[in-house]
Amino acid sequence: MSSLFQPIAAQAADAGETHAFGALTLDSGESLAPITIGWKTYGTLNAAKSNAFLLCHALTGDQYAAGTHPVTGKPGWWSSMVGPGLPIDTNRFFVICANVIGGCMGSSGPHEVNPKTGAPYGLSFPVITIRDMVRAQAMLIDHLGIDTLFCVAGGSMGGMQVLQWAASYPERVFAALPLATAARHSAQNIAFHEVGRQAIMADPDWAGGDYAAKGTNPKKGLAVARMAAHITYLSEAALHRKFGRNLQNREALSYAFDADFQVESYLRHQGLAFVDRFDANAYLYITRAMDYFDLAADYDGVLANAFRGTKTRFCIASFTSDWLFPTVESKKVVHALNAAGANVSFVEFATDKGHDAFLLDMPEMFQTLRGFIGAAAAARGI
Amino acid sequence: MLAKAPPLRQDLVQIAEMVTPSSRVLDVGCGSGELIEHLARAKNVDARGIELSQAGVNACVAKGLPVIQGDADTDLADYPAQSFDFAILSQTIQATHKPKAVLEELLRIGKRVIVSFPNFGFWRVRLSLALTGRMPRTGSLSYAWHETPNIHLCTIADFVALTREIDAAVEQSLAVNEGGDVRELTRPGYWDNLTAEGAIFLLSRRAS
Repeated sequence: MSSLFQPIAAQAADAGETHAFGALTLDSGESLAPITIGWKTYGTLNAAKSNAFLLCHALTGDQYAAGTHPVTGKPGWWSSMVGPGLPIDTNRFFVICANVIGGCMGSSGPHEVNPKTGAPYGLSFPVITIRDMVRAQAMLIDHLGIDTLFCVAGGSMGGMQVLQWAASYPERVFAALPLATAARHSAQNIAFHEVGRQAIMADPDWAGGDYAAKGTNPKKGLAVARMAAHITYLSEAALHRKFGRNLQNREALSYAFDADFQVESYLRHQGLAFVDRFDANAYLYITRAMDYFDLAADYDGVLANAFRGTKTRFCIASFTSDWLFPTVESKKVVHALNAAGANVSFVEFATDKGHDAFLLDMPEMFQTLRGFIGAAAAARGI
Repeated sequence: MLAKAPPLRQDLVQIAEMVTPSSRVLDVGCGSGELIEHLARAKNVDARGIELSQAGVNACVAKGLPVIQGDADTDLADYPAQSFDFAILSQTIQATHKPKAVLEELLRIGKRVIVSFPNFGFWRVRLSLALTGRMPRTGSLSYAWHETPNIHLCTIADFVALTREIDAAVEQSLAVNEGGDVRELTRPGYWDNLTAEGAIFLLSRRAS
């Protein structure tokens, strides 16, 4: 598979594996063949194959959850949570993280070359859903010879995948850990995604999605999309604490449109850093998948029906200042799990760090999740 | 995970004795999880909890206990009928907004219901009010009137009357006395209502 981004430390970091699978029929009715999945593993699968721990990444994440990212050279997105001796202990568990289909880190997506045409898919790539992502992951888990996953965990869009895993394959998920997520994408969240998509499509370099062939890259549009989205990952209190109205490298207002304020400079940096590692069309496809997510819709509109008879033990977690996936959305999932008679824990963590808190260094979260994971591992005999 | 634990509160010991091994239990107002931890370890019970305080919930989950943040007044409606063998409300009913509705919900969710509560008819409480003219502050009721979470206190006689009103069968009833000793409630109970500091009731829905 081609790679959009040149690894900056290819020798230093293990880039993981890719494999081309057979056809996958998508929710849209289209078929994707072959389907390629890129993934990374940490730790060792035990002889009983009972210690597999699947991580599902968020919108802009990838398979590099722990250790050093082979493209950016930075720590993986959950390196505070995943590693030797950490709550998701790679000495104890065989941790698997796959790039979602539709993504741009080695799994089939709009950036990848369509084997049938020899050219990048672009907008000819079929629209995919969260359930399609999970189906693809299930093909990978089959490929790895694993019957039951000890745990499936993830935050935000990763949490949506966790819920979908638990609903679609209840007998294959011993424990489920969805963080900062919802069983359906809200109107407000769809609205923010639409702003991001329109920013990308308004960039002339997007070229109707055909920028790979045209030799352009809609970096400005993608950066604006990232800037708008990034605000939703934080909180008013955190932005104020971090930046206030502080000026950036100047003593007075410029009376112009430079980045006078630190918060502007910060956002511009976030946008610029993002376009170096992400594909604009992938951003369109993955945001669309999140928009389409409504787990109850597949179960007669009754969320509890998605979990009837489940033996999976759940731990739902939310964060007080997360206004993108607020606690009330997690509570809806908890209520549905209660109605289904499921074994469920639910914790809310007090923080002003907003939606991204699940990715951050949060000792209380680590301690609590360690408790849940430890008790589940004891019950699983790991 | 579930290693050593401090000794259980006296009323929790009594409640634990009422619970059948390997049954399904919901502890409403489970605090930091002492009872469900004990039931899971000592009686192989599938024990779950609801707790109002988020700090209590997080402490429970950190111990590996399946507990959710929730409110007895509002969050019991989710649970299917008869989905637990025992629904437990220990030292919590007096803090609910609608004790009668909560009790009826518990009798719907649980095949049996265990309730423990402080007895406002206890002689020290009566004497305190009679002699000082101020709201009583005794051992198990130690809050000032304006900051107490105990908004619906009752006596043993009041509770017995409520069980009749909602047509619940009393399968067992215990008086918890000063010093922690426990005995069966006697009928008609005037003496127990005066001498018991608290009570524990095992209820079930009367067969209709």
